[in-house]
Amino acid sequence: MSEAHSIHGPVAHQFDDLQQQREADELGMWTFLCTEILFFGGVFLAYTLYRLRDEAGFADASGTMNLWLGAVNTAVLLCSSLTVALAVHAGETSRRTMLVVCLVLTMILGAGFLGIKGYEYYEKYEEHHMPLFGLPFIYEGQASPATAEMFFDLYFVMTGIHAIHMIIGMGVFTLLLVKALRGGLLGDYSTPVHIAGLYWHFVDIVWVFLFPFLYLIGARH
Amino acid sequence: MTSVAVERQAQPPDAPPKRNYLNAGYTVRSWLFTTDHKRIGLLYLLSITFFFVIGGVAATVVRLDLMTPEGDLVQTETYNKLFTAHGVIMVFFFLVPSIPATLGNFLVPLMVGARDLAFPKINLMSWYVYTCGGLLTLYALAAGGVDTGWTFYAPYSSTYSNTHVMATAVGVFIVGFSSIMTGLNFIVTIHKMRAPGLTWFRLPLFIWSIYATSLIQILGTPVVAIALFLVACERLLGLGIFDPRLGGDPILFQHLFWFYSHPAVYIMILPGMGVVTEIIPCFCRKKIFGYTFIGFSSFAIAVFGFLVWGHHMFVSGQSVYAGMVFSMLSYLVAIPSAVKVFNWTASLYKGSITFETPMLYALGFVGLFTMGGLTGLFVAALGVNVHVHDTYFVIAHFHYIMVGGMVMAYLGGIHFWWPKISGRMYPEAWARFSAILIFVGFNLTFFPQYVLGYLGMPRRYHVYPEEFQVLNVMSSAGASILAVGYLFPLTYLLWSLRYGPYAPPNPWRATGLEWTTASPPPTENFASAPVVTDEPYDYPKFDAEWRDASFSEELAATD
Amino acid sequence: MTNDTFRLLPEQASTHAPQVDMLYFFLLGVATFFTVMIAVLIVFFSIKYRRGAKVDRTVRDEHAHAVEIMWMVGPLVLAMIIFFWGAKLFFDVNRPPAGALEVEVVGKQWMWKFQHPEGRREINELHVPLGQPVRLHMISEDVIHSLFVPAFRVKQDVLPGRYSGTWFEATKTGEYHLFCAEYCGTNHSLMKGRVVVMEPSEYQAWLSGGKPGESPVEAGRRLFEEMRCSTCHRGGSPTSRCPPLEGVYGNPVKLDNGQTVTADEDYLRESILHPAAKVVAGFRPIMPSFEGQLGEEGLMHVIAYIKSLAKEERARTEP
Repeated sequence: MSEAHSIHGPVAHQFDDLQQQREADELGMWTFLCTEILFFGGVFLAYTLYRLRDEAGFADASGTMNLWLGAVNTAVLLCSSLTVALAVHAGETSRRTMLVVCLVLTMILGAGFLGIKGYEYYEKYEEHHMPLFGLPFIYEGQASPATAEMFFDLYFVMTGIHAIHMIIGMGVFTLLLVKALRGGLLGDYSTPVHIAGLYWHFVDIVWVFLFPFLYLIGARH
Repeated sequence: MTSVAVERQAQPPDAPPKRNYLNAGYTVRSWLFTTDHKRIGLLYLLSITFFFVIGGVAATVVRLDLMTPEGDLVQTETYNKLFTAHGVIMVFFFLVPSIPATLGNFLVPLMVGARDLAFPKINLMSWYVYTCGGLLTLYALAAGGVDTGWTFYAPYSSTYSNTHVMATAVGVFIVGFSSIMTGLNFIVTIHKMRAPGLTWFRLPLFIWSIYATSLIQILGTPVVAIALFLVACERLLGLGIFDPRLGGDPILFQHLFWFYSHPAVYIMILPGMGVVTEIIPCFCRKKIFGYTFIGFSSFAIAVFGFLVWGHHMFVSGQSVYAGMVFSMLSYLVAIPSAVKVFNWTASLYKGSITFETPMLYALGFVGLFTMGGLTGLFVAALGVNVHVHDTYFVIAHFHYIMVGGMVMAYLGGIHFWWPKISGRMYPEAWARFSAILIFVGFNLTFFPQYVLGYLGMPRRYHVYPEEFQVLNVMSSAGASILAVGYLFPLTYLLWSLRYGPYAPPNPWRATGLEWTTASPPPTENFASAPVVTDEPYDYPKFDAEWRDASFSEELAATD
Repeated sequence: MTNDTFRLLPEQASTHAPQVDMLYFFLLGVATFFTVMIAVLIVFFSIKYRRGAKVDRTVRDEHAHAVEIMWMVGPLVLAMIIFFWGAKLFFDVNRPPAGALEVEVVGKQWMWKFQHPEGRREINELHVPLGQPVRLHMISEDVIHSLFVPAFRVKQDVLPGRYSGTWFEATKTGEYHLFCAEYCGTNHSLMKGRVVVMEPSEYQAWLSGGKPGESPVEAGRRLFEEMRCSTCHRGGSPTSRCPPLEGVYGNPVKLDNGQTVTADEDYLRESILHPAAKVVAGFRPIMPSFEGQLGEEGLMHVIAYIKSLAKEERARTEP
């Protein structure tokens, strides 16, 4: 959301002062997050619909998820939210080293999350629980294969969209890191970190919903 | 609105302002990398005109083909691709961006007294995103077309159609983001960048309607994006979210699709209402009747608009009770629309009315929108809907809103602000003539379709029973007139760019900040930051001050 | 079809049609009234208050709240009248009367297949008797279609994977258009046919003509045997392996997850195709799936057979 800060100072030409610019940037990001809520809302609606049709089947299919990896990933992502919050603070208080460290940590945690997610996808592939690209889908639980397939369809769509959002977030942080290394993003210039932070927290919150919906409703055997 | 406006600016100047946004740079680069909202508005104007022509050509061929019951002009596959192309292009690439992305982009900062939109680069990006989505869709058309209808109903689109559904769906998905970016920019600009003194209730009602439109763009577009994303996933990855053979539910697609596409109808009509609300008081020299009611009715429409999507699905197999709720809510959304029509009409009362081209379009809009809206009562009535759903009755109904309403308002707005945009005046006689021609052609095209629809002619029919031919020929004849009618403005507006007389800053003696600056405005919009002290549309006061100013000038001249 | 002359209204050939037309005329009246009112006002004001005309232009009040409230409440009342009227018609068309003649309809790209209860089949033509309610029980083999008979003012989408239905009672003999109204692919506009309304006696004669075929119930019973359903679902006493089928249709079924569902046609269909999805309380999910083995018409037949068991059961227990 942030506009480039021209050589004339932190305030872009269309704004009167820094406060107006900051408020506009923030409102822009919140508005964008409303869009995002509705975007995820579509798949959450699909999930709700199909889960209501066969709750037992969904629970059964969810039981095959790797709860440990899911829990670890949740922890990883929540930690990254903390490092982002610290980065925002570092930017506002003009502490460059801390800003750089926090941004790097965030990206490491984000990459860790994606790595674990990738491993989970691989597991699903091995277990023939990946109903994509015409791969064989074999399900031996109690749920009807149709329900299980729908569950895994939704699992891949929901976590896939979430992962795309993570990747976009990492891209944004890469740009911010380059700026931070060049000595930018401090003090009056720190709004971009704040804005990117809002986005990252949102992506985290989506996961906080995905985790119980996909992992915790499971019937454990 | 400000005292600046009262300067005598009605006389045609001999030359354009020395420094304006049009002559700020002549290179291609200065246009393609501009962040000036006015230039981006023009980029959009060019693009959507281009798509309007393509969509219009598709419609013309469809209408010509329907002259005979056997449909012997084109093949059935081609026919299906043509009406799909017409729908996809007109809805997603013309109507949705039409007023917001052109007039909205140009006018929102001018009307709120800002130097630019809040996020100029995002604004430019939205045009590039639009262009990318457009090129992808054009590629899909050139590579063989797509035949799902603009509604992309699953499972036909997700599983059965073997045309270029992927490319088109992705194109529409992409163009959705340009719409989101535009809406986001407007919301932030209207909230945060109003000139001192410009309170919410002093804003032009065009801004209110654009704000309501932006809300829908922000909240609706992502839902159709996810629906099309899932269709693309079904085709690409083999998911089965909408595929009944894999346990999916095709009705879910319809819910997601209409959750956007019904409010999208209001994206298309609300800005048109805003334009008409600007034009009518100006050519009546009178305050708008019921400012707050018109303003809040825009919001009522935006909010209720989100709750009525199921009225596209009365016979789809959704529950009877859901149908009842959606029908009732649809009647509620009719009330704010009626309020607007009554207020526009009441604004004429005791006015001092002249009939320049924008006013002709505005009055035409009121009439046609009334007819389109009233036939909405027919299609929202459950029992009647069962009969007219998916027939030409529905086609006629929404064309009265989309073409009779939106396109009329769009043309009215283009004429109204053309002096401001181009710095030139258009030929008034030609413009009035084509406004009337378009009105006549439109009615001849679409009125017979109401009758056809009630007789039972289903939409998207290439071959139809013989007894429907007379009405179809009438409709096609009207379409030819309409097509010719659209060519006139295209021609004389282009002509006026070079040969039209220079426009004064305020040729219509209109209130509103955009008229207080030069025509065309300088890149930074205003020579000095405007301050607003007057109520909106205070034409009586404006005219009185104007007379005083002229009088003192005359006195000065006689001295 | 019977009348090629130019007309403004479709024929009224069902009990439903005049009722829909009545609301249509009412709406036409409302629409005409408001359109004419707005048009007359615009023209009248345009002439009277044109620039230069010498008229009184003193405006007293630009914020006439009373007027605004009036023109909100007035249309609202009118709109609610229309809503309830329309909703009543909608309920009628969605509630088939008991004892209606049941015709099975399967839509596919691009044809309509019909089968009468006595067994006669036809394609793109539907013969029905005059003055008797006919219920259409419909499903699609591929994409969404929509069955539309303008002369009857009925239309209903025909979905893949789920049953839908509509009904009508013809009031006039003759031939009428039958359209597919939901775009279904290349030859959508050729997916049409005709409905032939005949005197009941002629209809009986027509039924007994043509190739004598199995009735849906008979065909269902045959399939029931062929698919070895009867190995477990033996008539009479319930076994430990499966719940009894007699009397199941139309009644509530308690499931093993504690929910209760009504055993309608969609439930029976799901239980044949995905037996594990909704298991009756007290039984194990041991039934195999019959997905891909029966076809939509076969499924309809088996369901018709199961429904006939319910009818027999009721006939046996009630007196």
